[in-house]
Amino acid sequence: MSKALLYDATLCVGCKACEGACAEQNKLPYDETIAAEQVQSDHKFTVVLNKNEKYMRRLCMHCQDPACASVCPVGALHKTAAGPVVYEEDRCMGCRYCMAACPFGVPKYEWSKVLPKVQKCVMCPDRVAAGRPTACTEACPTGATKFGEREELIQEARDRIRQNPSNYVPHVFGIEEVGGTSVLILSGVAFEEFGLKPNELPKDPLPLYTYRVLSRIPDFVPLGGMVLGGVWWITHRREEVAAAEAAEKKEDRGGSR
Amino acid sequence: MKFKLTFWKFVFAVIMALGTYALFVRFTQGLGASTNLTDQFPWGIWIGFDVLCGVMLAAGGFTLTAAVHIFNIKRLHAIVRPTVLTAFLGYALVSIALVIDLGRPYRIWHPLVMRNPHSVMFEVAYCVMLYLAVLSLEFSPVVLERFKLEKPLKYIKAALIPLVILGVILSTLHQSSLGTLYLIMPTKLHPFWYSPLLPVYFFISAIAVGLAMTIFESSISSKVFGRALELPILRELGRVMMVVLGVYGILRFEDLFHRGVLKLTLVPSYEMYLFWLEIALALVLPLVLLCIRKVRMSAGGLYLSAVLVVLGFITNRLNVSITGMETSAGQHYIPKWTEYSITAAIVAVGFALFGLAVKYLPIFEDTEHAPEEANAKAIAAAATAMSHAGK
Repeated sequence: MSKALLYDATLCVGCKACEGACAEQNKLPYDETIAAEQVQSDHKFTVVLNKNEKYMRRLCMHCQDPACASVCPVGALHKTAAGPVVYEEDRCMGCRYCMAACPFGVPKYEWSKVLPKVQKCVMCPDRVAAGRPTACTEACPTGATKFGEREELIQEARDRIRQNPSNYVPHVFGIEEVGGTSVLILSGVAFEEFGLKPNELPKDPLPLYTYRVLSRIPDFVPLGGMVLGGVWWITHRREEVAAAEAAEKKEDRGGSR
Repeated sequence: MKFKLTFWKFVFAVIMALGTYALFVRFTQGLGASTNLTDQFPWGIWIGFDVLCGVMLAAGGFTLTAAVHIFNIKRLHAIVRPTVLTAFLGYALVSIALVIDLGRPYRIWHPLVMRNPHSVMFEVAYCVMLYLAVLSLEFSPVVLERFKLEKPLKYIKAALIPLVILGVILSTLHQSSLGTLYLIMPTKLHPFWYSPLLPVYFFISAIAVGLAMTIFESSISSKVFGRALELPILRELGRVMMVVLGVYGILRFEDLFHRGVLKLTLVPSYEMYLFWLEIALALVLPLVLLCIRKVRMSAGGLYLSAVLVVLGFITNRLNVSITGMETSAGQHYIPKWTEYSITAAIVAVGFALFGLAVKYLPIFEDTEHAPEEANAKAIAAAATAMSHAGK
């Protein structure tokens, strides 16, 4: 039972109300210059991309099994049961592996600060915990962003495509990509136009890729120790035996003389 | 004692001055002002060179201690100390480089208490920390001997084999884990370098580089410190290195073939040129050289092959961490002067500390506290080496 967002690009009018609401919620600066920026950054957690009056909203996808949370050595990022992937600033030591690992390029860094932190959409965890929708959902005048149970939203997204097949690309982005995300996207134009690549993203959660290797370590350590200890024993035993044999031969020769 | 300014001391002073200023910029103005890193390109040469290459270049420590103490190849004993010293300095410097790269350096101890065992970075952090401790214990006899502390020396010697085994295990783990770091980026790293075998490649190449660095160091230190060259030992290392490179090469190209990217290596692109540069330096040239018996037997030939292998795998690590990321990031990354300066300063400090250690500690067995006797020994050893070479 986790919450999710459904963004339907065909309903979006590019008003950027979500951007403003997000900035207010997260106490970020927001003005005309920032509104014109077409990228997510440390001061803009969600962005409405505009390509010839076609819109696409981008924000943290809140993966079901997030790569960022899996790679963080200190557990500063984690997925809550309610759905959001949140960040604990007090833990972060700034290794930026989360940024390198995220398949959507979401975590952003405060490069201009001496003691920077990672910045990204955290899906208004306080609101979600209190049973309220996210700030961006509340601000959306056309219902392009909808908040609800992930399972129900997936159903609804599929229904929308079925009822209006000519309006949509027949794909709900976020059901399967990297093991599923808590942000689901419907689009009227190819996802690739906005840099989303459903065909290139694996269906497996990315943490599996590293964990398959990592999970062997507990077996490897005692095994490696045994093998190396064994090799040491054999090589040194061989030497001892050789020395003993040589001594014996010497003795034999001494005796026969 | 009079201070004499030589060319190299002057170069060292310039590098240190620039490095210190760069460090000042980094810690007063932040990473944005001191690096060309961006949100799209969060890891630069401080990770790609200082950490990935630093750890790789220190791999001689575990390969050689394993060869001598576990596999009981006694002939190599004479070069264990300088190699362990290099490894120790290497890891210490890698740790310093990491502190500089971290956004919040004062929290470097966090992984000790905030554990995420699913994170490769967490595993690397622990391994490096533990291995640094192991290396300092492995190196400690040198210091203990120097100050004639017999009792602790006895304890260390008793614990040597378990320590060496632990060191080999820890090295195997984190050398390969540096490759595992990139397994989570299948959509970001270029297919020339992204492979499920990345951890295996990193491990095998670390062994090759460990051997190459041992040859390289022995050759250099024999020149700089006027010591006899252990040519028969180096030949042995060269032969093993040839085999390791062969295994690596076969594995690498088979894997490229199976993943269907072999044909891409013939399509001109930025990545293609750097891929072939890496392959030429790390595999083709040294393998060709080492296959020629005359070259393999000569000090110069071994030295050249070792240098090529080292340069080749430095190219490999930079390709994995930088070249291979540029297309997906949508930008080229060229380090800022501050990034270069700090890296150069770290390398220079490594050289200086190595020099100091050799001067004041019994690193090379034959130069121990008795210069005349050592000279005599060195001459004798040189004579033996030459007679071996003559054969």
